[in-house]
Amino acid sequence: MATAKETRHAALGLEPDRLLTMYRQMVLARAVDRRMWVLNRQGKAPFVISGQGHEAIQVAAANCMRPGIDWLCPYYRDLPFCLALGMTAREFMLAVFAKADDPNSGARQMPSHFGIQRLRIITSSSVVGTQVVHAVGVAYASKMRGLDEVSVTCIGDGGTSQGDWHESMNWAGIHKLPFICIVQDNDYAISVPHRLQMGVDTVARRAEGYGVAGEAVDGGDLLASYEAMRRAVERARAGQGATLISAKVARFTSHSSDDDQRRYRPQAELEALLRRDPIERFRNYLLDEGVVSEADDERIQQECTAEVDEAVTGAEAAESPRPEDLLKHVYADG
Amino acid sequence: MAEKTLLQGIREALGEEMERDERVWVLGEDVGKKGGVFLVTEGLYDRFGEARVLDTPLAESSIVGVAIGAAMNGTLPVAEIQFADFIHPAFDQIVSEAARIRYRSNGDFSCPLVIRAPFGGGVHGGLYHSQSVEAYYAHVPGLKVVIPSTPEDAKGLLKSSIRDPDPVMFFEHKKTYRLIKGEVPDGDYATPLGKAAVRREGASLSCFAWGLMAHYCMQAAEELEADGVSVEVIDLRTLKPLDKEAILGSVRKTARALVVYEDNLTGGFGAEVAAIIAQEAFEHLDAPVVRVAAPDVPAMPFNKPQEDAFMPSPERIAAEMRKLAAY
Ligand SMILES: Cc1ncc(C[n+]2csc(CCOP(=O)(O)OP(=O)(O)O)c2C)c(N)n1
Ligand SMILES: [Mg+2]
Repeated sequence: MATAKETRHAALGLEPDRLLTMYRQMVLARAVDRRMWVLNRQGKAPFVISGQGHEAIQVAAANCMRPGIDWLCPYYRDLPFCLALGMTAREFMLAVFAKADDPNSGARQMPSHFGIQRLRIITSSSVVGTQVVHAVGVAYASKMRGLDEVSVTCIGDGGTSQGDWHESMNWAGIHKLPFICIVQDNDYAISVPHRLQMGVDTVARRAEGYGVAGEAVDGGDLLASYEAMRRAVERARAGQGATLISAKVARFTSHSSDDDQRRYRPQAELEALLRRDPIERFRNYLLDEGVVSEADDERIQQECTAEVDEAVTGAEAAESPRPEDLLKHVYADG
Repeated sequence: MAEKTLLQGIREALGEEMERDERVWVLGEDVGKKGGVFLVTEGLYDRFGEARVLDTPLAESSIVGVAIGAAMNGTLPVAEIQFADFIHPAFDQIVSEAARIRYRSNGDFSCPLVIRAPFGGGVHGGLYHSQSVEAYYAHVPGLKVVIPSTPEDAKGLLKSSIRDPDPVMFFEHKKTYRLIKGEVPDGDYATPLGKAAVRREGASLSCFAWGLMAHYCMQAAEELEADGVSVEVIDLRTLKPLDKEAILGSVRKTARALVVYEDNLTGGFGAEVAAIIAQEAFEHLDAPVVRVAAPDVPAMPFNKPQEDAFMPSPERIAAEMRKLAAY
């Protein structure tokens, strides 16, 4: 009897357990994200910015990293990434409700401005592009100190127009740094389309010009994303230098809760987006391969919903920051 | 103790700190083999190697941004911006990032880094090699701003800056680099940040300055001594944290205050010093607080007549001191 054709995940050496973990991380991220919008409509969450549609590349990337060893300089769509690295739903909800115990910033920043030292997720601002340079610095320090660490950063397609992004890619190429830049290319920077952002179809084409490796990947395909990211991590750890990954993704929601994408995206385009749901795609794969059953899936969905419910209940009841703490942490001594 | 230039004081601090703590490293344009355009980092490349004395690409935002990232990964970077005039591309990384790392992470992260930059004029540097930029950064909570004016302080304050857990802007007046000589204690010592230095005691009026202007104020004060006017000169040394007690204490004693700075008059750091005196020592004053500064033109011209007209000079400072003493 001929052996069955090797599955895509087996070819990547991925065990069913790991597939389930990644699936669950995506489902949880989506559940948290959706709840955030509900809270926004209820007037409980003043600001929402979303990772819906970006889950596959982020979860795949996180699963190629070693939490607590490798670093992430994130951007505001990296909720799935941060959850997959170990941030809890409750920790995130503390930020959504602007509570004192938000580990990212004590609710000083808007939600989705991630940064948790214990997970090596580096504090991030709102200023597009600045985080990429920090990731280069982190990687340079790892290299100088002889540490086996990989520094990963994320940014959108629009962000690649920033000088900081170009300067960073140049540095990464010069020093062959253990650095990976993941561009989550969702075709828009708020309302500005890809064609007015860059003169190339994928920013990965620029890699050679910076002296880094380039990978263009379907960021909605979890396994393809995993493969590209794993190659990049291996390259970094082998001392072979940096990688620029351009991952095509779909931005399901408006840019943020202060935007309405129907003003600038045609209806047909918005409908087509739904056929690009990375979670649907991975679920279908898992069902087809018999890795999960409909019943498993149902259970996972319910568990994630329950986790979000609990996170919301806990976070909503938590303490708000105290006004007198406004003056804390300007300097080390106060 | 030996007589050294201010530049040597800085170089000694860098070398000793790099020797003492292997987390310390320097980066910037031309800091490696060449030793920097002013030769401040001369010799460090041979002693510590390329990785710790790094010639960077010509891109200031990334010089600071890389230093920030490296500071968050267990190192203590000292970034050199070749001229303060070229720090503006890095403004965002300094102000939005370095200054806010601790605050925005609620104390979870810190950013121990030093940014050194030669500033100031009187060296025929023209519009783009003469600027004073301290006011921009002194305005920003989260940053410290240090400006040494003596070789001893240059070494001691830089050591304190490198050991400080927060981002420090360290501005070196380029005209003082070789012009100003003085005793520098051998070996290790650190001069605390946030303490002004009384360069000269006096009873008739108080004069506040930093950088080259501290020296010009000393010259002017000596001139006035001959006329029987005794001027107290206080070198602020660090604008952030500011030694308010030294300022107010001196004004309470002399009842007259002159603030001298090389930056444009409007919104210069001296305006803040004047405001503090006006607000907190008003009842001790016998005369209005006077600012001596550069005129509000975009920057310092290259030609000597206009350069001289831009920079506050010892003569102009002395004239203002006389007027104030007679008020
Ligand atoms: C330097 C800077 N300029 C402008 C903005 C406002 N802004 C926030 S996100 C954004 C669009 C970013 O688009 P992209 O990089 O493609 O990321 P996406 O949101 O699509 O994931 C803009 C213009 C900002 N935060 N920072
Ligand atoms: Mg985009």
